[in-house]
Amino acid sequence: MQYANEKLKEEKVFKDPVHRYIHVHDQVIWDLIATKEFQRLRRIHQLGTTYLVFHGAEHSRFNHSLGVYEIVRRIIDDSFSGRPQWNDSERLVTLCAALLHDLGHGPFSHAFEKVFDLDHEYYTQQILLGDTEVNAVLRRVDEGFPRKVADVIGKTYPDKLVVSLISSQIDADRMDYLQRDAYFTGVSYGHFDMERILRVMRPAEDQAVIKMSGMHAVEDYIMSRYQMYWQVYFHPVSRSAEVILVKILQRAKFLSEEGYTFKQDPVHFRSFFGKSIDLQEYLDLDEYILMTYFQMWEKEDDEILADLCDRFINRRLFQYIDFNPAREYRKLGELEMLFRKAGIDPDYYLVVDSSSDLPYDFYRPGEEEERLPIHLLMPDGELRELSRESDIVDAISGKRRTDHKLYFPENLLREGRKKKVFRQQILDILGRTEGRE
Amino acid sequence: MLREHAKIVQFVSMANGVTGRKKLQKMIYIAKKMDFPFQEKYELHIYGPYSEELTLRVEELCEMGFLDEAQEDKGSYMQYSYEVTEEGSRFIRDTGDAPSGLGDCIVRMKEKSSRFLELVSTLLYFDHLPKEEQIANLHIVKNKLNFSEAEIEDAFSFMEELSGCIRQ
Repeated sequence: MQYANEKLKEEKVFKDPVHRYIHVHDQVIWDLIATKEFQRLRRIHQLGTTYLVFHGAEHSRFNHSLGVYEIVRRIIDDSFSGRPQWNDSERLVTLCAALLHDLGHGPFSHAFEKVFDLDHEYYTQQILLGDTEVNAVLRRVDEGFPRKVADVIGKTYPDKLVVSLISSQIDADRMDYLQRDAYFTGVSYGHFDMERILRVMRPAEDQAVIKMSGMHAVEDYIMSRYQMYWQVYFHPVSRSAEVILVKILQRAKFLSEEGYTFKQDPVHFRSFFGKSIDLQEYLDLDEYILMTYFQMWEKEDDEILADLCDRFINRRLFQYIDFNPAREYRKLGELEMLFRKAGIDPDYYLVVDSSSDLPYDFYRPGEEEERLPIHLLMPDGELRELSRESDIVDAISGKRRTDHKLYFPENLLREGRKKKVFRQQILDILGRTEGRE
Repeated sequence: MLREHAKIVQFVSMANGVTGRKKLQKMIYIAKKMDFPFQEKYELHIYGPYSEELTLRVEELCEMGFLDEAQEDKGSYMQYSYEVTEEGSRFIRDTGDAPSGLGDCIVRMKEKSSRFLELVSTLLYFDHLPKEEQIANLHIVKNKLNFSEAEIEDAFSFMEELSGCIRQ
């Protein structure tokens, strides 16, 4: 029997708190899960620094990747199979892409990508195509198979329906992370009737569409997403931890460029501090390694690096105030100057962080928007864009919500003994004068 | 602080205004790919590389009163254009000189249509691949735009031209 079609002698299941069970029938999927690159995902938090706010959020990209695989498996095997618009020869490539879509995430994904200007999608493709265990499994299917999976991830796969299952405004990735993140953070948002959505999802030419009868389940999904973004993903305290994380990495990079001698040679960062990043070094760096460095850097002579690492490890985060860049950018300039006078480097200790989300968007031909809309399949076979049918979705379509915060280390401003006058002025401007909260 | 905002204002100022959100997105992306120091993160969307961060930044700059956004009803869609306000000009006064070659690149990009810049930026998105694969991917992701061979060759020549004006 060809490896591509080989089934396990007995179905294997993973117990999962979100989907109850994750079912594996295919030998290829089983072998991919056992590769070291996939196992590495156990060492990368799904929600980055959020565990510092919601202590349950310790789940990993490993859990999530299995969840996305399970949703796609159910869409294909239960909803699409046997329908004329679905080509069953795409089954394996779709399942593999679902399972492997997050393979290229680095430790604390977003902060890491920001500092080193990386793109996890690019690294996912490099892992699929490079000298890796994952590549060896995929090549057993067919020499060209790793390329096919990489094309789905890179959105350059010719069958756009396949791409849309993993990347669109209603895809398996979002459906898993909303429910999983809600479960692990313990919030009551994020839940929606996925069973219903899967039952009414149908294959169409370029994307999966939803039968009109499932519109309310989709409305619920969009509202869940909206609430999760504002209650969990953009939580100001986890953003504070992320700000510090970014500053640690920026400081370490800066010190390396300046020729600073670290007490322990940061060998794992060599290629990140340099110009070109080696794939093996990329894979070697996970959150366990990063946290080990942070513990070592806590004892570095460089005061900024040591302080930032202490803050991150021991959760001594920056405080924040609401900040409106449009009205208050002059205040920012003044604060920057006062920070310097007070002997505190504003490049590391005064940070504006902005979060923004567009819960749902659509475009019509000729318009300049950029997202593929969700389409409803009407009883007569016509496709209609969701916001034209749903008043609820129409009310939030294309409406971006943005939140700006200004982060600063209040304890450093209060406790510093030197240049107290400037520190007090800063606290006054920030509205943090003693006795005022 | 707000350095990245200042770079965008400086860019629009050097372009003497930009018409079209898509055009602005693609111009900044192309400049970034030409190694000019823009930090906005891009992903592949319907019209090619697109940056949510840039969209947000431009919105903020309009709110700050540094950029002026004008809308024009084109019948089936709205077209947006951006110009730097007096306040914006004051804001970038102390930003320092723009990187050498950027002005020349901007002038050349501005002369081109949005469709052409969409083509160039999409090819650049795949610039880690051999030329044939770049073109093959372009045809997959832009199958409805039917770019001709001549247009694609023009796009590659244009990239060469831009690289040339940076080296000067």
